[in-house]
Amino acid sequence: MRILTSTVGRKILMSITGQLLILFVLIHMIGNTTIFFGALNAYAEHLHSLPPLVWIFRLVMLSAIAVHICYGVQVTLENKAANPGAYAVKKQLKANFASENMIWTGLLLALFILYHLAQFTMHLTPDVVVGLDAINRPDVFKMVSTSFANAGIAVVYFFAMIMLFLHLSHGIPSFLQTMGWNNDKTIPVFGTGGKVVSAFLMLVYISIPAAILVGALK
Amino acid sequence: MSHHDSHGMNLVLHVWRQKGPNEPGKLEQYEAKNVSPDQSFLEMLDEVNEQLIKTGGDPIAFDHDCREGICGMCSQVINGVPHGGQERTTVCQLHMRNFKDGDTIYIEPWKAKAFPIQRDLIVDRTALDKISQAGGYTSAHTGGVADGNAILVPKPSADYAMDAAECIGCGACVAACPNGSAMLYTSAKVAQLAELPQGQAEAAKRVCNMVDALQENGFGNCSNHYECQAACPKGISVKFIARLNREYQKALFK
Ligand code: SF4
Ligand code: FES
Repeated sequence: MRILTSTVGRKILMSITGQLLILFVLIHMIGNTTIFFGALNAYAEHLHSLPPLVWIFRLVMLSAIAVHICYGVQVTLENKAANPGAYAVKKQLKANFASENMIWTGLLLALFILYHLAQFTMHLTPDVVVGLDAINRPDVFKMVSTSFANAGIAVVYFFAMIMLFLHLSHGIPSFLQTMGWNNDKTIPVFGTGGKVVSAFLMLVYISIPAAILVGALK
Repeated sequence: MSHHDSHGMNLVLHVWRQKGPNEPGKLEQYEAKNVSPDQSFLEMLDEVNEQLIKTGGDPIAFDHDCREGICGMCSQVINGVPHGGQERTTVCQLHMRNFKDGDTIYIEPWKAKAFPIQRDLIVDRTALDKISQAGGYTSAHTGGVADGNAILVPKPSADYAMDAAECIGCGACVAACPNGSAMLYTSAKVAQLAELPQGQAEAAKRVCNMVDALQENGFGNCSNHYECQAACPKGISVKFIARLNREYQKALFK
């Protein structure tokens, strides 16, 4: 099938799976902010009262990530082979750190996701405190706030969110271009918009471990 | 032609020298003396070559033809930028007034897997022709000459197609691309023909075949760095790549 193997077909699949993942990042961010309203435990319990839905969601996300990573690696290897990169002097006019390092920011994010799942979903890391709150719900707030009070863990999250910023600051304008939703007027707008949206997502995500670390969230 | 005034510039050149496709290449240093600011970059190289010939050296091989920015033959990466640092300018139209006395200039050929080096600064760009041969045309009509206004083309469409048709096929987009992709070149042709009524009939087949040819001829995948547009001497816009992506999606459902 053309879409699975051709250079533009794979690009479209990278774009669509990327959009799904951005959608997830957005929903997850909104869910996380319940922590600022003291509603994290309620939110978590609500989510887990719908197991089939949670599993469908997880499956879709997992396949999107798998496709995104497989093509990302494949395409990067092909691109390295197509460019001997042997200029003695090469000046970048438009490409930048974010666009050139998608593979690395992406793979670091994949590692982070594994760590994050091992920690807060599977409770495998030693820092995780599992317990119930006053009304017998799983105490997600206590778990998260205990872990983030550890500066080392908070720093891992800060670093990962910087990777997310870099990845999306190229990824957002890039998926729009790949879908063909672009013209001379929108190109610069999407370029700046992509950076602004990515920075916003990064800051909201970072604000949670940061607030816990400085003791503003108890 | 260039005039020899004694106040010309003296430049240090580092030029890629390579005897043949399978020979190793390296940068070699030359001096360009008494260069007039009114000379073009290629005229400056012509004089360096004259000196080389006089002293029994081997002249630097480089591609050129029209020397007026329309044929797309000239192809040199100058100080790290295809066609040099001046926007929307081919090497042949780049003038030495853009440099100053004492400057060091690095001159290298296009470097991409799809463009094997033939000699010094000359590369083989047949791979681009292969892409165009795969669909960069409308099938020939037979019969009498059609009336000029028989097919109506709205002015905005004509302008759009003309902008895309400005591509001179030089390959600077490939040379600049971190992925060695020819997506800008391919998209310019796809967009130009998809915009016009004459090209629409074959639009789906064209985009698929040209994209396949791009992939089969050693070019990399486009990952939207937009380095191509910045290097293109004709300022071909990456909006045409967005158009190619749209045309490709339409073709997928055909
Ligand atoms: S798109 Fe621009 S850089 Fe690429 S071949 Fe055409 S004129 Fe040259
Ligand atoms: S020599 Fe023809 S475009 Fe430069």
